[in-house]
Amino acid sequence: MKFFGYRRPDGRVGTRNHVLILPTVVCANQVAESISQLVRGTVTFAHQHGCAQLGKDLEQTIRTLVGFANNPNVYGVLVVGLGCEGALPEIVSAGIEKSGKPVRSLTIQEHGGTLASIAAGARIAADLVQRASTEQKVECDVSEILLGTECGGSDACSGLSANPVLGYVSDKLIDMGGTVILAETTELIGAEHILARRAASPKAAEDLMAAIRRTEEGANAMGVDMRGSQPSPGNIEGGLTTIEEKSLGCIHKAGSRPLQEVVSYASCPSMRGLVMMDTPGHDIEQITGMVAGGANVVIFTTGRGTATGTPVAPVIKVASNSETICRMGENIDFSAETVISGEETIEQVGERLFGELLAVCSGKLTKSEIFGHHEFAINRIGPTI
Amino acid sequence: MGLGREALHVHEKDNVAVALCALKAGTIVKVSTRGGAEVTVRLSDDVPFGHKFALRDIQQGESVIKYGEVIGVATRPIRQGQHVHTQNVDSLRGRGDKR
Repeated sequence: MKFFGYRRPDGRVGTRNHVLILPTVVCANQVAESISQLVRGTVTFAHQHGCAQLGKDLEQTIRTLVGFANNPNVYGVLVVGLGCEGALPEIVSAGIEKSGKPVRSLTIQEHGGTLASIAAGARIAADLVQRASTEQKVECDVSEILLGTECGGSDACSGLSANPVLGYVSDKLIDMGGTVILAETTELIGAEHILARRAASPKAAEDLMAAIRRTEEGANAMGVDMRGSQPSPGNIEGGLTTIEEKSLGCIHKAGSRPLQEVVSYASCPSMRGLVMMDTPGHDIEQITGMVAGGANVVIFTTGRGTATGTPVAPVIKVASNSETICRMGENIDFSAETVISGEETIEQVGERLFGELLAVCSGKLTKSEIFGHHEFAINRIGPTI
Repeated sequence: MGLGREALHVHEKDNVAVALCALKAGTIVKVSTRGGAEVTVRLSDDVPFGHKFALRDIQQGESVIKYGEVIGVATRPIRQGQHVHTQNVDSLRGRGDKR
C-alpha cells in the first residue's frame, strides 16, 4: 500500500512540508511568532523553557526542540534564539544540521532587538518557504508511516470503540512494516504486566517496568498513590471497575503486536513495529514528545472531545461515540460511533480509519490543522533554577 | 439506536458484556458474542450505560475477563445477568474507591 509523501535528505518520509520557525527559549517566542505571521507557509510554536535548566532536564529540552525540527514533516528550519540561553541557537542548529535539511539561525541580541530580528527572520523564512514550495511528493510505502497514538478526554466508550479501532489500525500498520508509538506511561499502570508479556525482548520488558516505577515514584514523592486513586470516582461512575480495566482500555489503541523497545521522551525509535515512549499523560507533552521522536502522523481518540493539534503533524481526532459529535463535532475527523450502535464491527471501522490515515498522510487536512492548532509543550524533569 | 444492539462483547474470552444504553432489571438482552454465538441474558439488576453484566455465572474467586484479560476477581458469587462492578469485583493491582 502506498501514500504520497516528501522524501527528506536523511531518508525519512514526511506527510507535510512545513517551514518551522523555532524559538529556542521563551524570550524568543514573540519574534518567532511575528516572523511566522509575516510569512505565509511557516509554522511556529511558543514554549516556556530553554533557560535556567540543569543537566538531564536541559538535555531533554534540547533533544525535544532538535527532534521536533528533525521531524520529516519539516522541510527547513529557522532557529530563533535570544543569545544567552541554555538552549543556544548554535547548539540546537548543530543538532538539526545532522538531518541534512536547510537550517538557518538568528540571535536577537546580535541583531539589535525585536524589529530588526523580525525583518531579518522574515527574509530568511521567505527564502525557505519558496524553496520548500518546489518540493514534490513521491509515492512511498506505508511502512514509512510512524504513527503516534494518543487518547485524551476519554469516556466510557473510548475503551470499547475508538481505542480498539485504533488498535486494529496499529496492528495493520505494523504488519505492513510501519511503526506505532504507544505513550503516556501513567495510563499503563495497572496493565503493565500484560504489555510486558508481549515484550519482544527481556530488555523491552525491563525498560517498561522501569518506566512505570519511575512514574509511580514521582507521584509518591508528591504524596499521591497512583494505584490507590485509580479508577477515579468519575471513571467508576462511568463503569470502569478496576485500574486494570481502565489501563487495558487505554493500551488497546496500540493493538496486540509485540513491544519492540521502550524509548525515552522525544527520542527516535531505533526499531520498527510497536514502540513505547516514556511520556506523561499530559496530552500536549505527549504529542510533542512523539512528534520530536519522528511521528509523522498522530491518531488521537477522544470521548469528551478536544481540539488540540501540533504545529508540524496532522492529528486525526477519532470520536468514541455520537455524544462526542454533538459536543465537539467541529473538531472531530472520524467517528467510531457505529461500533457502539452495532452498525459496524471494530474491524469494519478499523478498515475505514486505515483508509483515512492514508488519505491524511497523502495530504488531506485534519480539523486541528485547518483551525491552526499549534499546541506545544515540553516535558520537564528538573527544576527551573 | 441503529440495529438496537444493547450490549457489546469485546473479546471472545470475556465473561462480561458492556451495556450500550441504560438497561433495566428484567430486560432480556441478546448479546452477539465475538465467538459468533448469540447468548440471551435476563438482567437481574439495573445496568447503567458503560457498565458490565455477567454473561455467565462467575464463581467467587474466579477471574473477571474483559478485553481477553483478567481485569479483577469476583469477591462474591456472581450470577448470569447480574451487574458486575465494585460491589462484587476487586482489582488484583489496586482499587480507587478503597483507601
